[in-house]
Amino acid sequence: MTGPATVFDKPTDYIGKSIPRSDAARLLRGKGRYVDDMQLPRMVHAVFLRSPYAHAKINAIDISQAMKLPGVVAIYTGKDIAQHVEPYVGVLSHLPGLRSPAQYPLAVDVARWQGEPVAVVICASRALGEDALEHIRVDYEKLTAVTDTLNALSPDAPLIHEEYDSNLAWKRQVEVGNLEEALAQDDVVVVEKQIKFGRHTGVTLETRATVCDYIPGDGQLIMYYAGQAPHMLQFILAKHLDMLEENVRVVAHDVGGSFGIKVHTYGDEIATAIVAKLLKRPVKFTADRLESFVTDIHARDHFVDAKIGVKKDGTIVGMGFNDFTGIGPFSMYPRTSAIECNQILNLTGAPYQFEHYHAVGHVVFQNKTLMCQYRAVGHPIAMAISDCMIEEAARVIGMDPVKIRRKNLIPDDAYPTKSTTGMRFDDLSHHACLDKLLEIMDYDALLEDQQNARGNGIYRGIGFVSLVEVTNPSPMFYGVGGAPIASQDGATVRLDAAGALHISSSVTEQGQGTNAILQQIAADVFGVSIERVKVTTGDTATVPYGGGTWASRGAGIGGEAMLLASHALKEQVLDTAAVILQAKPEDLDIAFGEIVNKGSRERKISLGDLAKIVYYRGNELPHDLKPELIATRHYRVTDFPFVFTNGAMAAHVEVDTNTGLIKILHFWAVEDCGRVINPQLVDDQIRGGVVQGIGGALYEECVYDSDGQMQNASMADYLVPMASEMPEITVAHVETYTKTSVLGAKGAGEAGTGGAPAAIMNAVNNALEPLNCGLWQMPMTPERVLKALGKI
Amino acid sequence: MKAPDFSYEKPTTISDVLALLANNELECQLLAGGQSLMPMMNFRMASPGTLVDISNVSELSGINERDETIEIGAMVRYRELELSEIIKAHCPLVAMVLPYVAHAAIRNRGTIGGSIGLSDPAAELPAVLLVLDGKIEITSEKGIRLEPARTFFKGIYETSCEPDELITKIILPKKHLKQKFGFHEIARRHGDYAMAGVCIAQDIDLKVRVAFFGVADRAVRSIAVEKLLSGNSDLSEQLIKDAQNALNDIEFEGDMNAGPEAKQHIAKVVLERALKEMKNE
Ligand SMILES: Cc1cc2nc3c(=O)[nH]c(=O)nc-3n(C[C@H](O)[C@H](O)[C@H](O)COP(=O)(O)OP(=O)(O)OC[C@H]3O[C@@H](n4cnc5c(N)ncnc54)[C@H](O)[C@@H]3O)c2cc1C
Repeated sequence: MTGPATVFDKPTDYIGKSIPRSDAARLLRGKGRYVDDMQLPRMVHAVFLRSPYAHAKINAIDISQAMKLPGVVAIYTGKDIAQHVEPYVGVLSHLPGLRSPAQYPLAVDVARWQGEPVAVVICASRALGEDALEHIRVDYEKLTAVTDTLNALSPDAPLIHEEYDSNLAWKRQVEVGNLEEALAQDDVVVVEKQIKFGRHTGVTLETRATVCDYIPGDGQLIMYYAGQAPHMLQFILAKHLDMLEENVRVVAHDVGGSFGIKVHTYGDEIATAIVAKLLKRPVKFTADRLESFVTDIHARDHFVDAKIGVKKDGTIVGMGFNDFTGIGPFSMYPRTSAIECNQILNLTGAPYQFEHYHAVGHVVFQNKTLMCQYRAVGHPIAMAISDCMIEEAARVIGMDPVKIRRKNLIPDDAYPTKSTTGMRFDDLSHHACLDKLLEIMDYDALLEDQQNARGNGIYRGIGFVSLVEVTNPSPMFYGVGGAPIASQDGATVRLDAAGALHISSSVTEQGQGTNAILQQIAADVFGVSIERVKVTTGDTATVPYGGGTWASRGAGIGGEAMLLASHALKEQVLDTAAVILQAKPEDLDIAFGEIVNKGSRERKISLGDLAKIVYYRGNELPHDLKPELIATRHYRVTDFPFVFTNGAMAAHVEVDTNTGLIKILHFWAVEDCGRVINPQLVDDQIRGGVVQGIGGALYEECVYDSDGQMQNASMADYLVPMASEMPEITVAHVETYTKTSVLGAKGAGEAGTGGAPAAIMNAVNNALEPLNCGLWQMPMTPERVLKALGKI
Repeated sequence: MKAPDFSYEKPTTISDVLALLANNELECQLLAGGQSLMPMMNFRMASPGTLVDISNVSELSGINERDETIEIGAMVRYRELELSEIIKAHCPLVAMVLPYVAHAAIRNRGTIGGSIGLSDPAAELPAVLLVLDGKIEITSEKGIRLEPARTFFKGIYETSCEPDELITKIILPKKHLKQKFGFHEIARRHGDYAMAGVCIAQDIDLKVRVAFFGVADRAVRSIAVEKLLSGNSDLSEQLIKDAQNALNDIEFEGDMNAGPEAKQHIAKVVLERALKEMKNE
């Protein structure tokens, strides 16, 4: 048999092994090539004046004094920039009813959040540019800031957009069965809670940055970009700057973390491109940390009224909630700011079987930084609503949290199946993951320890979460709604004259190790040693067309494309080798850079020698042989809208009831991401994700005052968990390969962030149970714990 | 976040520093370890005309043992203090707090003079100076003055040090044989400024001084708690409870991490924990 299905007929050389990433040595030597490292001849800096107010009319801007300052090349106001751009609108047709006004890169008449750019100084250096900012006079007329999500919907709230009748951007309702009726039955225990999720953000180590260069004669705009989706940005720049797509090149070299922050349209980056085009010279913009905090997208920010009904035996009858989320003054382009809410409506309760569901989501405009997709979009909220309510219900009926899950989780032999909300599931393993979790954490010993500790006034808690994660999305995620976002990806594999492999892919490297797993797949499937595989990603001029990195799709989609391309090239090379060796292609194989006899493994000819014949001494080949030593393949998910993964996680915490401090003693995560290509990379993705989940659960919050001023926009005041706050995180796997691909890999990048907050909140409330109180607000700060305990 | 333009001077003697400070037109600001001043300049919260880098002034270095006191040069870095045998032997409270001051990387550069000169309300060392009854040697072209810690700290980032003055030394009394010390702080993350912390010193005559940090506009003593604790050789459970209840004479101020009520509550907890640790010593 031939064809890619045979790839896993034999033991693998690289796939499934913890091969060190090939770029690690370079990065550790400080040889990363990040955007801010770039210095181009004649380069100038874009330095943005940002609104100090959350809501203000801009009556006039006087740049005359600033223009006179040393180093200043040009100054553009929002009005100036608006003349060179087609505004953008963050709506999608598959989210009917979502509205958001046209948005310009810089505020034109009204500034609608603190940090919105209102003018840009183009200057010889960033420092001189900041000097010049102090001399731009803006006549602002302060307007009332709408900050509180719930108040924003009250009839007397000031309107953020006068053309709309309210501050509501979108509302969606999902109703299955009849929840009200079902919960009214006598034998149903109903639990209701209000859960609050703070607003937080991604805090990438490398901040957003771009260098834009315009090459006059060619009419080409090149954007060097610290981001996730070069082809999407190519489309956006071309469309909104009125250029042909082929004349826009987007290049992402090394990127220092993205987490979803760097997959959106930011006015400052678009304005930098516009200015490069106007001035015909390179322009750099690197966000500083303050700018990051007030302009990078924020996420979460939900007020949820939730309820669940269970029978005394633990059977879940139904659940429902009303979600209010504040998204800032616009829906972010092009992904929109309604997706998080949409995910919550779709995913809440997804691991469980139950009949009745009623969920309503309200997406609300407010005068704060824009909210959009950040790692594990919607998942932490959805998982916390269902799993924290389930554990609360278990407490009320006196049932063990594991037992209630076992009773309600979709059975492992039920697939293919659908969730209550109609999500299509296949190849999931909730029970197997939960079993493995209990095994690695030793639940019984923890319960015993909990009892003993309580006797000593020490309050420890154990909390669980069973989760699903949306990965490997099909065109049903964005493309269907009209977004320029590819869900297919391409891979090219080329053999050079030395017998080395050059691979390129449209998925991108953000520091998570995508390039490494692409190398592993190519080396393994084609048959060279991994040191001989060179990888290129991130450059729209050279890589195949595709979506980039988002929604945990790099390995599952980009990896499958690489597998297909590598296998195709292998067949092409074997066909050529068969002619040269006068053998049958099916009797040959490639192993570690040599053509070998398939059965005896006897070496026949090296790939280098073969390639040299093809490239240099074609005269030795028959005329009718036309060898192709390059192959390209594309892949998209067709059978399902998304390839869901699942997992089970647990947190063990200790709550200091005197100080309100919560210490995570241990965290366990069992993940089923299908085939694990590189265990170390997957484990560390899970760990990193868990740490961001810990951030959301315990530390991270964008604190605003009632005027819409962010109060903690610095790394000293916005707390991210650091090494000392990271517990031991034990990771284990169940591998249920997805049938949608040969590779069988699903995504793994967001699970930790999606699951950890629910597990931690459950553990905290488990710890507080004997004290008859609970905490339903994230982050769970010491002050909030003390309030829950009634100590203050 | 780039500092506005400034001139930079790196004098090598105290008298050269003082001459620069005395020149009003230069709008000088002293640069010690830079761990607080550099971010403030980048945020444009500080914009000195001339930055006077005092890291090459050798007269400001060194930890010296005198008969009754330990004299610490203003430019002595946290790390040097942390590792100093003299400090361990004679100023154990200083050694106790240092691992809680920021992170090692910051302690490599941050200085005692910078900490005292900055007077951050949540900093540890001002509270240490208060309970040890330390003195600050301040020098200007007009001369040298010794200011007791209790009058030195005035408020948030406010001290009695005038723009033309330089902190030259911190002077701490040596530990007496039977003197006891307590310290405890609570921070949300390791290395952060504390949500609340306390330093305690009990003299041989059983006089007790108690200073809190991170709870008000500066490090503050609680005279009520001190009165209650003084004269008691046994820090009984009851006494500790009474001390907690007496902690009402501070105007607690909230910050990003905790409101005034939470501050007061946590201050009581750190007091209890520090006293219990002293008792068990
Ligand atoms: C992440 C982080 C965490 C931190 N956590 C803590 C903490 O937990 N506890 C804590 O105490 N501190 C903490 N700090 C603050 C750090 O300790 C300060 O930087 C330090 O206290 C100031 O010392 P410096 O030598 O860096 O002073 P600089 O930053 O150089 O100067 C600070 C101020 O003091 C003035 N000054 C300096 N020397 C003198 C002098 N000889 N005479 C008069 N004025 C002078 C300067 O002009 C300036 O106004 C933290 C800092 C960071 C960045």
